[in-house]
Amino acid sequence: MRERSTSLPRCVLRLYVAGNSPNSVRAIANATAICAGNPDAGYRLEIVDLLKFPKRALADGVIVTPTLVKLRPLPVQRIVGNLSDTAEVLLALGDQ
Amino acid sequence: METRASHPAVTKIPTGIEGFDEITYGGLPRGVTTLVMGGAGSGKTVFALQSLVNAAHSSREAGLFVAFEESQRQIIANATTFGWDLASLVKKKLYFLDARLSPEVVKSGDFDLTGILNLLRVKADELGAKRVVFDGIDVLLGLLDDPVAERREVYRIRDWISEAGLTGIITQKVGESSSDRRFDFLQFMVDCVVILGHEVVEGTSFRNLRVMKYRGSPFVEDELPITLGRDGMQLTHRGPTELKYAVTNERISSGVARLDAMLRGGYYRGTNVLISGAPGTAKSTLCGVFTAAACKRGERTLYVSFDEGAAQIVRNLRSVGVHFAPYLKSGLLRMYSTRTRGPNIEDQFANLRKQVAEHRPRCMVVDPLSALSSAVAHPASADAAQRFLDFLKIEGITVVNTSLMDGLSTDEATATGISTIADTWIHVSYVVQDGERNRALTIVKARGTGHSNQVRELVLSNAGVDLADVYTAQGRVLMGVARWELEQKELAEAARFEVATRLKRSQLQLSQAEAVARLRVVQAEIAAREAEIATLADAAGAASTVIDADRTVLLKMRHADKTSRTVPPPDIRPKNHSNGAH
Repeated sequence: MRERSTSLPRCVLRLYVAGNSPNSVRAIANATAICAGNPDAGYRLEIVDLLKFPKRALADGVIVTPTLVKLRPLPVQRIVGNLSDTAEVLLALGDQ
Repeated sequence: METRASHPAVTKIPTGIEGFDEITYGGLPRGVTTLVMGGAGSGKTVFALQSLVNAAHSSREAGLFVAFEESQRQIIANATTFGWDLASLVKKKLYFLDARLSPEVVKSGDFDLTGILNLLRVKADELGAKRVVFDGIDVLLGLLDDPVAERREVYRIRDWISEAGLTGIITQKVGESSSDRRFDFLQFMVDCVVILGHEVVEGTSFRNLRVMKYRGSPFVEDELPITLGRDGMQLTHRGPTELKYAVTNERISSGVARLDAMLRGGYYRGTNVLISGAPGTAKSTLCGVFTAAACKRGERTLYVSFDEGAAQIVRNLRSVGVHFAPYLKSGLLRMYSTRTRGPNIEDQFANLRKQVAEHRPRCMVVDPLSALSSAVAHPASADAAQRFLDFLKIEGITVVNTSLMDGLSTDEATATGISTIADTWIHVSYVVQDGERNRALTIVKARGTGHSNQVRELVLSNAGVDLADVYTAQGRVLMGVARWELEQKELAEAARFEVATRLKRSQLQLSQAEAVARLRVVQAEIAAREAEIATLADAAGAASTVIDADRTVLLKMRHADKTSRTVPPPDIRPKNHSNGAH
């Protein structure tokens, strides 16, 4: 356990949301659940609120919210939506 | 039709697209969303982009362009055909956002545009933008695959546009299939809907625009033809609702002196003339002399020809003594030759209007105008010729048009109505007679002029064009050699008559002289008789005076008193007592 927590996360995820909009709230909940439900996968989740940092959308090429981006391991994978379809998400993230 | 001033309810913002601001009496509704719908390639992006570009150029307004379908590079490349310097605009006045989703993106659950709209708001405030375009949202919303969600997102965009105080355009592709029916709701959500259409009929492309809805404002509801020209999209000139143009009594020469005389001076300035006739009837020659006459007066002239090159026309006219070369050189005359096949009729007329705008002629020739009207029949172009002629009339340009017509009333003439709207209509036909073919010219009509309705013979020579009298003998019209023969005969006849008259005159003069002489003789006789009578009277008077005197003396001698009278001897007593004394 201790080894896992100090080792580099195997999967870096960034979730772009827009404040407390229904989709954003749901996405945060779903993402957190996926990460918590798969501790072995070693997910690390970062949340970026585009309402607070609007220019990040431009910089990072985010069009719709919520958007989940798997930054690592490559290749970069984008998933749009509130992540309610868990199977779809895992499938997209699962190729590693 | 109400004027634009009477609708303060909706403030408008111009698009700068020629014709569109006119039919909407001001442009797009300010501060709200307009939906532009149309099939693929119908020009939605062009319309939206052009309005931003125009605003940037004319009012230095900043705008946002959010592209959901095409890349920035693609859009800029497409725009270069219109001569818009999009690249430099993008740096300063036009903010371009590439909002395409990667094809590899995975969808899981519902999403929305909240984040991007937030960013756009920041950008709009930064630039002080007044306008925004969302181009191709159907691409994005289709991904939602949920009609309710799609509707919600469009509401979101629409509300965002209003709150931001921007004037927005949403473009959206519509197809034929019924799956696109779900986008019907969009029309009800926005204040203004513009529909663009594009169809290909017999190989020629026809584009049109229709304002389907405009809340709170009058607008022209017709489906109108549009062209994608060199400067972008424009509605083809509709012409004004009211035909108002100045009318003048000034006459200009037709190029043929005799024809001017028949028309009591020439063509009225600013009117249009139709010269019709079968091929080879010298219609182009009449155009040529008209042009030469105009150039001689120093007036700029535009000669538009179809399917015959300028050089050929110039050469042909030389043979009748008409020389265009000096006028072409000085720039007074511009010749524009093009083909009838090719661009559709609306584009053709747009081209001509452009030529007119560039050259600013006072006189113009379109040879033949029927080349345009015989092109593909399409409801949109049925009145294109008429609109063009209206345009010229308002500009005060005198135009001579030719038309290929064999008879005076053919379907072609009635179909285009050119002959109806022509102010002056001259028809040239062939008359074949005695093995000769001659040209006959008639003035079919000349508005505002009491014209001669006599047929004249059109004579071409290397000295120019002239009209000769036509002889009617025994009910036949004679031209050419027959005319010449008759002319000679009549000349001889006239000479003979002249001689006969002279003879008669001298005869009459002679008898008159005789009569005068006789009169004098008689008068002399009368005078003589009168003298005689006078003499007689004098003598008689003198005689009676003597007799009276004698009587008085006699009485005195006889000492007779007053009452006595001389009694003559009984045998000579007069019957009546006419003696004065009693």
